[in-house]
Amino acid sequence: MSDSLPVLRSDGRGHADRAAAFLRDEPHAHWHDQAVWFVRAKRDRAASAVPEWERLREVASRIKAHTQARLADYLEEFERKATAAGATVHWARDADEHNAIVHRILSERGVTRLVKSKSMLTEECHLNPYLEARGIEVTDTDLGERIVQLAKEPPSHIVMPAIHKKKEEIGDLFHEKLGTPEGLSDPTRLTEAARAHLRERFMAAQAGLTGVNFAVAETGGFVVCTNEGNADMGTSLPPIHVACMGVEKIIPRLEDLAVFLRLLARSATGQPCTSYTTHFLGPMRGGELHIVVVDNGRSALLAREQYRRALHCIRCAACMNTCPVYRRSGGYSYTYTIPGPIGIVLATARGVDGHASLPFASSLCGSCDDVCPVKIPLHEEILTGRRDLAERGLQPMSKRLGMRLAALVLRVKLLYLAAGATARFLGRNLPRGVLYARWNPWGRQRELPPMPRETFRQLYRKERRPRV
Amino acid sequence: MSSRDEILRRLRAAAPPPEALPETRGLAAPYADRVAQFETAVAAVAGTAVRVADGPALADGVAALAARLGAKRIASAVPDAGPGNVALEALRDPHELEGVDLAVLPGVFGVAENGAVWVAGASLHDRAVFVVTQHLALVLPAGELVNDMHEACARVAALPRGYGLFIAGPSKTADIEQALVIGAHGARSCAVFLVG
Repeated sequence: MSDSLPVLRSDGRGHADRAAAFLRDEPHAHWHDQAVWFVRAKRDRAASAVPEWERLREVASRIKAHTQARLADYLEEFERKATAAGATVHWARDADEHNAIVHRILSERGVTRLVKSKSMLTEECHLNPYLEARGIEVTDTDLGERIVQLAKEPPSHIVMPAIHKKKEEIGDLFHEKLGTPEGLSDPTRLTEAARAHLRERFMAAQAGLTGVNFAVAETGGFVVCTNEGNADMGTSLPPIHVACMGVEKIIPRLEDLAVFLRLLARSATGQPCTSYTTHFLGPMRGGELHIVVVDNGRSALLAREQYRRALHCIRCAACMNTCPVYRRSGGYSYTYTIPGPIGIVLATARGVDGHASLPFASSLCGSCDDVCPVKIPLHEEILTGRRDLAERGLQPMSKRLGMRLAALVLRVKLLYLAAGATARFLGRNLPRGVLYARWNPWGRQRELPPMPRETFRQLYRKERRPRV
Repeated sequence: MSSRDEILRRLRAAAPPPEALPETRGLAAPYADRVAQFETAVAAVAGTAVRVADGPALADGVAALAARLGAKRIASAVPDAGPGNVALEALRDPHELEGVDLAVLPGVFGVAENGAVWVAGASLHDRAVFVVTQHLALVLPAGELVNDMHEACARVAALPRGYGLFIAGPSKTADIEQALVIGAHGARSCAVFLVG
């Protein structure tokens, strides 16, 4: 049983090292920054076209806060109504139990070919490798997810899983895997090739798996939003539908759904709504519907007051699109399934093991807070993550010693004055090679400011002197 | 203790203090011209809105659409739009929908805010029809437009409970370098006929 998540890419390297590798290809890094910023700009246009945007965010945040206080009640109501409509509801404490339940449903029905639409929960639980190891062929059907699946990579973004790939790279991949003409990189023709390839998979599938965007307690139904229609394709051809949801996906009423639907697509891609917003209630004609409700650390997160608002998240990715660190370091620089500000919070709130570098992958500029449609105080929760690390003694030695030294210097006036004078003298007089040597990691990408001749105290005293 | 009871127990133990459920009414102002706004919104989601006067004009409009698309196999669940040549009720298995060029389906109401049309599952013989077909035509009485998603969800709440969906334009993706491509898995085009 594992309440904390397995580390996604546990090569022992932290965010800064991975980011350095990402930044080695400077033109690509710049392109990535621009591509992600483009989505942020689309989000801004969509949000500013809605006069009541700020009120919507406020109401959405309050609906989530209300729901969190009554999660168990609403889940029970949802289960009752979903069951009455013909679904079977399963409960999983953790990732292992979730994977075992999904596998049991599929294997008992002889399923060997599964089509999946996007579900960050199943990424979190590492469901694909679990099923593949047991003889089930899993096809991710969201185009971006299929691209990274063919490339044997995890998603680098939660809404646009292949945002880090250039079209030429995808063209080469499709040439190798799908037999498209060599050198073909036109997005329309590549998408057409994927459409034909995936339609075969849809037609041959024996079961479809989806995530859940919102589960509505009032109706016992749940909503899945896609632009491609892949969730609809995968749940209307094969007769078995398995839907996996975290406990926090529940909302009380249909009228609450309106608030979230107005916020979600605008925040994610700048669209007024997704092409398909499907309300699943009961199985298809002659089919079966299974809903797997998963905790996997969420109840522990709920118990931690300083982090619990992270459970408001509706997975729109606006916080990563706006994040200066995400845009310039890419999704693979993070050590957790979900990158960007919300990923940092979710990873560290569950336990910092393996993720000790993440709270520092932020400038704490607060831009994520400003775009978050459900008003998660992301930068404050990231700061809390840093505090937790410090309290558990998990900061690197250099930072710990540095902080202790700073605390001492700032406490003792004489030391403070002496340190200032020394720093000013050395800053002016040390040769560049010494000043920017290995001991100064801060100076690796930055220039120190010019050292002033006078301190602030000296200047202040001079200014205060009565003038004649 | 079962996993279910254990999870519910943990959630109750961890629950923060109660908060009131906020009011969602009155958040958005109504549009001055709902029909014009709906037409603009349908175009913005890459669909085409077509106004027709009555049943015969609808049949003409659908026939013209089918001719323009070169659609040969047509399935219709809207009697006024013409019968088509694929009988949806006769299909035993949704896989038989593969190869349908155009499906004409009834919408219940449209949403001026975003160009979405609510389609009730009960009106589809197979759920797959709206997504497997190559092209899609949705038919809506012009009077059945709501302002926004708040009104839309209130409408859905008042309908008989069941599977249903909002469709806003054709299937699309921007997963390759942000380039918008129409026709990812589902319909390659989506026409919305407003009747009356």
